[in-house]
Amino acid sequence: MGEFKVHRVRFFEYMPTAIRAMSFNAHTERLALARVDGSVEVFNFADRYFQEKVIPGKDAHSIEALCWVGGRLFSAGLHGEITEYDLENLRPKYSLEAYGGPIWTIISNPQGTHVAIGCEDGTVKLFEVLAEGVQFERNLDRQKGRIISLSWHPSGTRIAAGMMDMIRVFDVLTGDVGGCKSRETVVWTVVFLSDHTIFSSDSAGKVQVWDGHTGTLVKTHQLTKWDVLALSVSKDESSVVAGTSEGTVVQFQFIAPNLQQQEKEWVRTRTFKNHTHDVRALVEIGTAIVSGGMDTQLVVRPLLEKFEEKCFASGLRRIHFPHRNLVSCAQKARLLLLQFPGQLELWRLGESDGHGKPGDILPLKTKPEKLLYLKRKGKDHICCSALSSCGGWLAYSTVSSVRLYRLQTDNNISITKVLQSPGCLGMWSLPVRTMTTELGLALHLPVTLKETQSKLCITLAIPFSHNHVSLFQLHCMVPMYSSCPSAMGIHPTTNNLTMVHADQQIFEFSIAEKQYTVWSRKLQMQGLHNLWLNRDTPVTHVTFNPKNPDQILLHDMYMFCIIDQSLPLPDQKTQFYNQMTLRSLSEQERPSHLHAFKVCKSFQDLMCMRLLDDQSLVVVERPLMAINSQLPAPVRQKKFAT
Amino acid sequence: MVEHTGIRVVHRGGSKINFREPVITSDSRFLLCGSGESVKVYSTSTEECVHDLQGHTDLVTGVVLNPSNHLQAYSCSADGTVRLWDFTDGILIKTFIIRYHIFSIHVSEKHVGVLFVVVPMANEKGSELFQLVAVHLPRSGDPEVEVGELSAVLCDVSPNPGAVSFGTGGEYIAAAKGLQLEVFFFKKQKSYRFSLKSGMNKGINNSFTCISCHPKEDCIATGHADGKIRLWRNFNQKKEYTYSTLHWHHNAVNTLRFTPEGTNLLSGGIESVLVQWRYTQENQKDFLPRLGAAITHIAVSPDGSLFCTSHADNKITIILSSVKVSAIIQGLVKDDCVRTDLMIDPRSKALVLNGKPGHLQFYSLHRDKQLYNLDIVQQEYIHEQGVDQFQVVKAAFDTHGDWLATVEERRQKSSELEINLKLWSYDEQTQSFVLNTTVTAPHEDQITAMCFSPSPETTLLVTTSLDGHFKAWLLADHSDTEESASWSCDFVGGYHLLKPGCCCFSADGSLLAFGFQEVVTVWSPTSWELLTTLSQPPGAVRDLCFGRLSCSKYLLGTSTKNQLCCWNLLTCSLEWNTPMDVSLLQADPFSENMAAFCSQSGSTDLFVFKPSEPRPLFSKKALCTGKVERAIFAPRDQMLESSEEYSQWLNRSQLYFLTQHMDLMTFSTKTEEDRLLASSKQLMVDDSVAITPFYLLLGRHKQQQQEKQELLTNPLAERTPLPQGSIAIKELLDTPAHVLPSASFLCSMFVRSLLVSSSSRSKLEDNVCTP
Repeated sequence: MGEFKVHRVRFFEYMPTAIRAMSFNAHTERLALARVDGSVEVFNFADRYFQEKVIPGKDAHSIEALCWVGGRLFSAGLHGEITEYDLENLRPKYSLEAYGGPIWTIISNPQGTHVAIGCEDGTVKLFEVLAEGVQFERNLDRQKGRIISLSWHPSGTRIAAGMMDMIRVFDVLTGDVGGCKSRETVVWTVVFLSDHTIFSSDSAGKVQVWDGHTGTLVKTHQLTKWDVLALSVSKDESSVVAGTSEGTVVQFQFIAPNLQQQEKEWVRTRTFKNHTHDVRALVEIGTAIVSGGMDTQLVVRPLLEKFEEKCFASGLRRIHFPHRNLVSCAQKARLLLLQFPGQLELWRLGESDGHGKPGDILPLKTKPEKLLYLKRKGKDHICCSALSSCGGWLAYSTVSSVRLYRLQTDNNISITKVLQSPGCLGMWSLPVRTMTTELGLALHLPVTLKETQSKLCITLAIPFSHNHVSLFQLHCMVPMYSSCPSAMGIHPTTNNLTMVHADQQIFEFSIAEKQYTVWSRKLQMQGLHNLWLNRDTPVTHVTFNPKNPDQILLHDMYMFCIIDQSLPLPDQKTQFYNQMTLRSLSEQERPSHLHAFKVCKSFQDLMCMRLLDDQSLVVVERPLMAINSQLPAPVRQKKFAT
Repeated sequence: MVEHTGIRVVHRGGSKINFREPVITSDSRFLLCGSGESVKVYSTSTEECVHDLQGHTDLVTGVVLNPSNHLQAYSCSADGTVRLWDFTDGILIKTFIIRYHIFSIHVSEKHVGVLFVVVPMANEKGSELFQLVAVHLPRSGDPEVEVGELSAVLCDVSPNPGAVSFGTGGEYIAAAKGLQLEVFFFKKQKSYRFSLKSGMNKGINNSFTCISCHPKEDCIATGHADGKIRLWRNFNQKKEYTYSTLHWHHNAVNTLRFTPEGTNLLSGGIESVLVQWRYTQENQKDFLPRLGAAITHIAVSPDGSLFCTSHADNKITIILSSVKVSAIIQGLVKDDCVRTDLMIDPRSKALVLNGKPGHLQFYSLHRDKQLYNLDIVQQEYIHEQGVDQFQVVKAAFDTHGDWLATVEERRQKSSELEINLKLWSYDEQTQSFVLNTTVTAPHEDQITAMCFSPSPETTLLVTTSLDGHFKAWLLADHSDTEESASWSCDFVGGYHLLKPGCCCFSADGSLLAFGFQEVVTVWSPTSWELLTTLSQPPGAVRDLCFGRLSCSKYLLGTSTKNQLCCWNLLTCSLEWNTPMDVSLLQADPFSENMAAFCSQSGSTDLFVFKPSEPRPLFSKKALCTGKVERAIFAPRDQMLESSEEYSQWLNRSQLYFLTQHMDLMTFSTKTEEDRLLASSKQLMVDDSVAITPFYLLLGRHKQQQQEKQELLTNPLAERTPLPQGSIAIKELLDTPAHVLPSASFLCSMFVRSLLVSSSSRSKLEDNVCTP
């Protein structure tokens, strides 16, 4: 693998924001997720939970609820508008003022013809979903308090609304008010089942089961002393999950108390504790429970009884970091560009002239230095940024505009705006002569800027649909593959395009010959090692070693890997993680045990890994502990022996 | 040496009553529990033992009520039999011989005539695997029936009876072992297995400890080693089963029980807190804390009005359903080690040994009941591991039971050893011991032995210590001052800086022997003069014993190098010695006999002999496994009249000993067993009426009276009937008061009836006079 001098960078204070709402589209197997900063992420659950699309947020534009209508995604928030998203161009399509004050919830009926919103002024407003947008239809009977939660009956004729201290059932056709119960709590969520059972969760820590016909309480489950914030029902209505402020998810199942009899009742069964903070959003997707909340991570907890055997989907998944790069690096100028939603930071790496044994910590000659703090203009959040390898160019894009700056970092730091163009460029990056592509697959215009002797020319690499990539200037199409590419890069000397997909497959495509290279074919023939295929985070970056053209460097959140194309590929029987074994072997024996994949796990929670021109590695870590320590304090819980 | 088969080693008195789950009868009046080789029937209200159902010849391993007759109970035993008892009258009804070592017994109302017992898989006693088999009880009138038909139900079950439970109406049986739960449905003849991950790498121990099925709904509650309780539902399918978890216990859940209606779930563990969970409202729970010791079993009466919990300190607590303690049945407390010797209190004839931490317990062996606990340390005991606290390590009584000496010690890791010697006097008024003198640091090192002088003139206590000294303590009488008498040190002695290991007074108190490592020194306690030294190297002296009665001229000693020596004190020479590894030498205070326990290749042999001749009166090989460290001769209530030579030594006293596993065992002779059997046979004279001892007593009394009366009346057959018989009085007594004539009228009639008519009187006189 070789020895590297490693810059271990921990000054990137990346802070993900809390998850606020989720909506799952069972038909397309996409999960839409809204964060507190207003950004929306779309995960493809069919493709290894890959984060396909990210729509950046906007100032003062928080989202309270999300809902899918067919393949269309709507959101509503306390700003009082309904927003539909353009999932092709990754931007809000339009926003519609609902004239009901802040909106607490939005929900579509099972038929996909209407959406209902619950407003601060106590109205439930029905909107008809048309091809070009939504259109206000009418108000249901206005209530006194705000409408916090809504749930349609599966038939679409009734709607249950959770409010302050009560639940009301509306007849959608006539607008009449049905059952009514009074309590002294906030009803955070309601779920209306097809047998007219209503589940409610409230701020008193209770999950209550009501009879929707008569409005009577059937059963109360006291889950916690704190709030129960989220509820979700499975598609077959045999299981309901509830998320609490304590970070627990409690499952209720519809079970016959006597095995011989048919009569069933709702029984509290399992408790999952995967969060440290409030569970704000929860979805039952049949084979798993997906939960997210204040502790910013998305947790996919599989229901093991639904799986016949161990497979990729039967493992617990935690998604902490976005599946894209937030760091760009100028390899020649030794600069790092860190991207935050509101600003960019430019750092110069520290230097050390020390030499030492492997594993030693070298003393720093010059400390890392923050050169620049660039605040974005406008209300929209930054969606991508890039830095050229010489460190002379800097660019970033928001949903509405692209800006390009000329940088001078030698003696006195200066920055001048070169270009500002309207329009979104999605995610893009400025690579070196070697073209590293930073790629948001959901975006339609990832731009790569190639910089040649301070003259600027733009080369475009555009992934067209999600599944195939076309290189415009090179006029060729890469064959389609079923899984999204999660990272790709063009080799500086051979001009081969290396792609890593969300299902961990690796392809190498020769742009000159317009076909897969021999190595790639060999790799596909032999197949990748199972341990490689079963890793649970996608590779987020591909880069190459300029000194050794055989080496490809990849990294994901937990490891980085150097693929040496000159070495034999591992088959299923070879030991995949063989570093320890190799270390114990003598020099003569080593070559026979070498294989192409060299995996290093000594750096955890990796945000970025680059190889500088002087053959030293830059590793940007963001320890999860540091993120957790910046979260607000969780609710107080009595722990044993405290 | 001869082996004698007429004497058996038995559990009698002081056995565990917490070994298996007790059973409360359906009227909640009695509590049945296996205790050693018998089943004891206690009254739940008075805590008294009502019956002792004897008949098994090995440990009783389970008691259950007969589901088809609530006045009967089955008990199973390691002797391979199941016995059916009428527990109200204490009668053995039937014996079913199964011929396997039975570990536990289970019954269900649905399976009439079938018992479920757990037996070893292979037909060997040492087998590690167990199976649950169904026993079809043959219908026959004989009191002893051989059972041939056994059918295996579940293989590889836990021998712990708490790990098997019958489900709703006996439709299924659930058994847990290790990390696996198995549910067997009788109707479908199909079993489902559910297993948990070990979780060991996460510091969790998921293994099952106990199980209980809900009586009305299909829900199984399981307890786990990490303190969790899981409620399993939907277990009639392989995949879609589900469970919920309750967690309160911080350590393993020892036992779980649903109440008969299934409204509550009771659980207990080492915390010694009974937790009552509301079924389906598990957030609400009630606690009954401070039960004294870890809960090992919970039983619930069939009507749900009483609970009872067995505890690790051999105690059964009876609890009302309102979660209040109503009665406590206390057995002999046996900690994992007994530091004091076994002693007999000369006043109460009770066995005295370590009880609760820091206490001495007084246990009556005849009544099989704890009398009281004496708090020696008088400090709060902290229930936490790793805390060094004062322990009672030595105790001794004087001959009359007026004085009790105790030694407590505490050794903390870094600091010095703390020792207290306490002397207690018996107070006649309070009928208990009162602290008289406390000596802090009586010696500089551990006290190895302590004994009172048996001579009636002086009250003298001798202690020996590892610091190389022995000290004599005298009761100094301060009659001139107002203070009462207290103890003080009288003499300090030693011998060549050797460490004394044991001491012993001769029977009359005129001689005192010390074992100073290899040397035995004999002193006169009146003048503190070293009379003689005896030594028989190699090996340090372990035990010393003077002979008694006719053999009082002998001194016996055992050494660590396998020597048993007998010295003649008149000649000061060795009389005899034999090579034996004697771990304990015990003299019978009522005879010349001595008992020597020899450990040999992992088991212990017993030899009983007289010091005058080196030939054993009685020997028993392989008495028990492990070393016997404590034994005592206890006086008998009633003398036995055994004529056989080998059992004569048991006539006046009974030898009790503690095995390695803290089982109190004793010897029983044939005559004793015959007597017991006879008393139980007597009870079975008449089956037609319920015979209680009470009835027997009164019934016999009545019979005797009748006979007496007959004897009296027969010679005077022609005597006139007694006045009660006369018509006038009958009329007077039988007629209702409101229809009777006036009292004045009746009075004359009544008086007249009492008069003896003159004609008959004259006739009598005539008869007398004529001859």
